[in-house]
Amino acid sequence: MTTASTQAPLYDLEGDTSYFPITAGPSSVSSTAEKRRSKKLLASILFSSFLLLSVILLITQSNPKPSTSIDAQSPITHSSEPPSRGVSQGVSEKGFRRISGGVQFSWNNIMLSWQRTAFHFQPEKNWMNGPLFYKGWYHLFYQYNQESAIWGNITWGHAVSRDLIHWFHLPYAMVPDQWYDINGVWTGSATILPDGQIVMLYTGDTNDVVQVQCVAYPANLSDPLLIEWVKSPNNPVLFPPPGIGSTDFRDPTTAWLSPGGDKWRITIGSKVNKTGISVVYETADFLKYELLDGYLHEVPGTGMWECIDFYPVSLTGANGLDTSVNGAGVKHVMKASLDDDKNDYYAIGTYDPIRNKWSPDDPELDVGIGLRYDYGKFYASKTFYDESKQRRILWGWIRETDAEGVDLLKGWACVQSIPRSVVLDEKTGSNVLQWPVEEVERLRKDSVEVNVKLGPGSSVAVAVGSRSQLDIVASFEMDKEAMGEEEEEEDVLAYDCTTSGGAATRGVLGPFGILVLADDALAEFTPIYFYVAKGPNGTLDTHFCADELRSSVAPDVEKIVYGSKVPVLDGENFTIRSLVDHSIVESFAQGGRRVITSRIYPTKAIGNGAARVFVFNNATGASVTASVKIWEMGSADIRPFSSLDHL
Amino acid sequence: MKNQQIICLILLTLIIIHQTYADENLIQTTCNNTPNYQLCINTLRASPGSATVDMAGLGLIMVAAVKAMSEQALSAVNSLRKSGQPKLSQPLQRCTDFYNGVLKADVPMAEEALRKGDPKFGEDGMVDAAFEAELCEGAFKGVVAPPPSLSGFNKDVRDLAGVARAIIRNLL
Repeated sequence: MTTASTQAPLYDLEGDTSYFPITAGPSSVSSTAEKRRSKKLLASILFSSFLLLSVILLITQSNPKPSTSIDAQSPITHSSEPPSRGVSQGVSEKGFRRISGGVQFSWNNIMLSWQRTAFHFQPEKNWMNGPLFYKGWYHLFYQYNQESAIWGNITWGHAVSRDLIHWFHLPYAMVPDQWYDINGVWTGSATILPDGQIVMLYTGDTNDVVQVQCVAYPANLSDPLLIEWVKSPNNPVLFPPPGIGSTDFRDPTTAWLSPGGDKWRITIGSKVNKTGISVVYETADFLKYELLDGYLHEVPGTGMWECIDFYPVSLTGANGLDTSVNGAGVKHVMKASLDDDKNDYYAIGTYDPIRNKWSPDDPELDVGIGLRYDYGKFYASKTFYDESKQRRILWGWIRETDAEGVDLLKGWACVQSIPRSVVLDEKTGSNVLQWPVEEVERLRKDSVEVNVKLGPGSSVAVAVGSRSQLDIVASFEMDKEAMGEEEEEEDVLAYDCTTSGGAATRGVLGPFGILVLADDALAEFTPIYFYVAKGPNGTLDTHFCADELRSSVAPDVEKIVYGSKVPVLDGENFTIRSLVDHSIVESFAQGGRRVITSRIYPTKAIGNGAARVFVFNNATGASVTASVKIWEMGSADIRPFSSLDHL
Repeated sequence: MKNQQIICLILLTLIIIHQTYADENLIQTTCNNTPNYQLCINTLRASPGSATVDMAGLGLIMVAAVKAMSEQALSAVNSLRKSGQPKLSQPLQRCTDFYNGVLKADVPMAEEALRKGDPKFGEDGMVDAAFEAELCEGAFKGVVAPPPSLSGFNKDVRDLAGVARAIIRNLL
């Protein structure tokens, strides 16, 4: 099939019978297609023969029609909306929602109750954020609003689990009942001392709206459920130091040992004007602290650093490390949640405890200006060291991307990500790998496998049954000849997921990937895909994107395209793992080199018989061979703890 | 003695003048960094407390303006529903939902966030308020032209929420 431009085309691009109906509006398709069409393309007769071999669904078999007719079936024409300016311009995505189409639409209870996840942690109702934890029985302490599905009245919720997947709700660990935390028991971290004592250091918002640090201990260490907590009579133990704003001093980290081994250090994020900073305190008893000179690190222009995380990773990648480890064979990750753009950023570097300095391996990828843990919605994340399995586990808070009023209607908001193990990526050395904890695989039930070669502009439905709870593992191999051709392409504009227009925008070598939460008519679908194109430095770049533009016909949900470039090394296939759990989809590329978490609110692709999965190839000049395995996932049955659960 | 009293009085007056002028400067600089300077100035100056509050206080004034305008919008929606035009019925129902979202979720959350010192949730609330107002306007698309009075309110809520968001971003 050809994408020739100037000659009278044998195949009209828009009218090609195998043209995959992920379309933008007509004008946008032709204009972007024009840009992407190479002037010197060769007819690829080879590909058309492969087309005959693929099972092609959802194409118009009749006369070639212009794409407008395909699009006309859909009430959504997202092409008329300017694409999001994207986070690269420092803009919160939540600020650029566009109203799509004049759809008469109302949420009903079936749609809303479908959104609740089956195996992600969330409380029975209301608002949650900010994970904290202690190992053993895995504990999750989370920020909770007892009163409403919006942020406020922050209390510490508490849940426990044996396996990070099956959680049991316990009574609140701490409520705002002291003058120093009456306006909120905010984020904190646990440190486990060598003698087994647990110290919880947390931020209290005082009656005067000043952020202070406070200490709490388990009332009874012999209670494995750690139900009761006691606030120290010495609270607050830390007030904002001189030069730090009274509302810029929160989220203390887990402590690590000082070089002398006799004291502990913690770091707290803050800002000075628009420079994000981290200050370090040293303490012997967690009650009296000494502020160390200088900042552990600072990055201008990044604003307030919330929920700082600071931890070692091993250069040989296999296991996680205790927070106090340092020395040869170790790098340190510094991470901050940026108040400004609501994303979590991290960088890898070297920690010098004598000088109290951490410096990034690559200053161009410093904290706040470089890599993100997750290119979708993922915030206020923290790690902890799981001694029992020697791994470092990452939790992230995932907000809603629907209208706040709907959160009130449905009575709850926000979920936790599936916990992810974090290690250094030994192959690149410049990023971490995140991967869902292996325990989530215990929820796997029946599976389906598909191996298919997809010609340009084709798709295949995977007969997995129509469940909203899936574990998808997909691997794509692109034919080499096509990649060779791409190198000759000139004047390809740099691709950026966030401004690309999503999977409807076709290129020679992409997009290809999977569609999740798709309904039969493809009125709603969410592509998770790769797009390969020549980058600004002349070599091929791979982009990994999650496209929400057609995820729902509802007008009041966020619909943007998330993603970033992802390194794909020689000899590697393009791999995606995607955990679909109702209204949350967590997708991992190249074994966790890049991750995108999406919130999806379909109105049709829900319930029995409705949610489908496809593999697709919307590239114009390449075939891909897709190998996909999909498991249906059971529920984690997250519920209140009862005496019968005491195992 | 009398001289000292006069001097004190003069000093006090100067301080008060300076303080008022300084706060007026705060209002002007703040409004310069919003998408709608005039709306910002008019709204803030119309509030009696604006001369003496800090940035969070200015944010709260603007959130209150969003609330007031949304209440008016909701009143307009209710009046229109009583007029009983059948084509308007569904869009108006949607608008009721959207403005309830503003009044029951966005505004309370923004107020809480600004009062408790975690302003980003205030930004989220105001972004969502603007969104809900846009959704109300969009609910009429393809059905019937939105009633002009309601369109006016939708635009005002959007604009006010945009200004509120810009003010709150100064706190981040």
